[in-house]
Amino acid sequence: MVSASTELTYDRKIEGDVIVSRLDAVINWIRTNSMWPMPMGLACCAIELMGVAASRFDIARFGAEVMRFSPRQADCMIVSGTVTYKMAPLVRRIYDQMPAPKWVIAMGACASSGGMYRSYATLQGVDRILPVDVYVSGCPPRPEALLDALIALQAKVRREPAARRLFKA
Amino acid sequence: MTATADVTAALLSRFPRATPRPSADHPAINVPAADAIAVLQTLRDEHGYDMLMDLTAIDGGVAASPRFTIVWHLFSLTRLDYVRVAARCENGAAPAMPTTTALWPAANWHEREVWDMFGIKFPGHPDLRRILMWEGYPYHPLRKEFPLAGLPAELPDAEIAGEIPTKLISAPMAGGPFVASSAEFNLTEAEPRAKDESWNERREKPV
Repeated sequence: MVSASTELTYDRKIEGDVIVSRLDAVINWIRTNSMWPMPMGLACCAIELMGVAASRFDIARFGAEVMRFSPRQADCMIVSGTVTYKMAPLVRRIYDQMPAPKWVIAMGACASSGGMYRSYATLQGVDRILPVDVYVSGCPPRPEALLDALIALQAKVRREPAARRLFKA
Repeated sequence: MTATADVTAALLSRFPRATPRPSADHPAINVPAADAIAVLQTLRDEHGYDMLMDLTAIDGGVAASPRFTIVWHLFSLTRLDYVRVAARCENGAAPAMPTTTALWPAANWHEREVWDMFGIKFPGHPDLRRILMWEGYPYHPLRKEFPLAGLPAELPDAEIAGEIPTKLISAPMAGGPFVASSAEFNLTEAEPRAKDESWNERREKPV
């Protein structure tokens, strides 16, 4: 009869509840996997944004299902739709109310460049008022495209020198 | 109640300054601005045109005199028929037209839109603010001299405008509006490409 050896498994008496890693990796791991979006739904792209949050595409698989309608609790603004000049200062104000670190996804042709609205009333790309991290093409984009943008943003966040910025501030 | 075809005749005999208006569909009549309210009230009270379907304006162009025409589309819920009334604004520089909000409350937002887009005042209107553009926007966009691309202006919010350098710019029209094909490239052979290259991947977008 062979008794089970406990020596080969993880022994918390020896290891002592310690995990060795880099601070950057830990901070960025936290940030990438709980990125709470601020849904800035302004036009038909917002319908696809709803689709991406629903069960078929399920943005919860990537840790971004917690849509926060208060900018104070959000990390990532998803500008989905046409931004008019009348709306532009409000979008900027909501962005200013988000706590750092914060990111922006410009979803669809209108948010990226003004889209087909070459007119007096439409802001020609939300990057004229916000620092955009990821642009998504499409009119409107498929939900998969927005998931891809989220994955691209997560990859970008993983490369950030989070600790250096944290202690510099 | 008179028959549809008789509405124009009845109005023409009652308002001698009114003239028939060429129309491809519904009965239409031109009236002087001074008679407009009386004509509309007659149509509402005596001919059963109880619903204001639309109120809009026509800009005849910078050179036209008188320049602006106000058009009312009325509908009767009992006889299920339309009638169109048009009145010219006498003063092209500072156009104005008496308000019809007392006859139809629905005229409120329509007149605000006409003020916003054409700059036509409606004396007597209870709340003549812009409805689509913001207060302080310096132009009236549906006037003929205003380009679709827009003219430079300031952002609506002065506080935000102080924070960021963004201003209203003329939108890049890419040779448009609404160009489906171009002599410079064949869509079956080439990638679709904007004709206007004032800003693109290589040239900075103006802030």
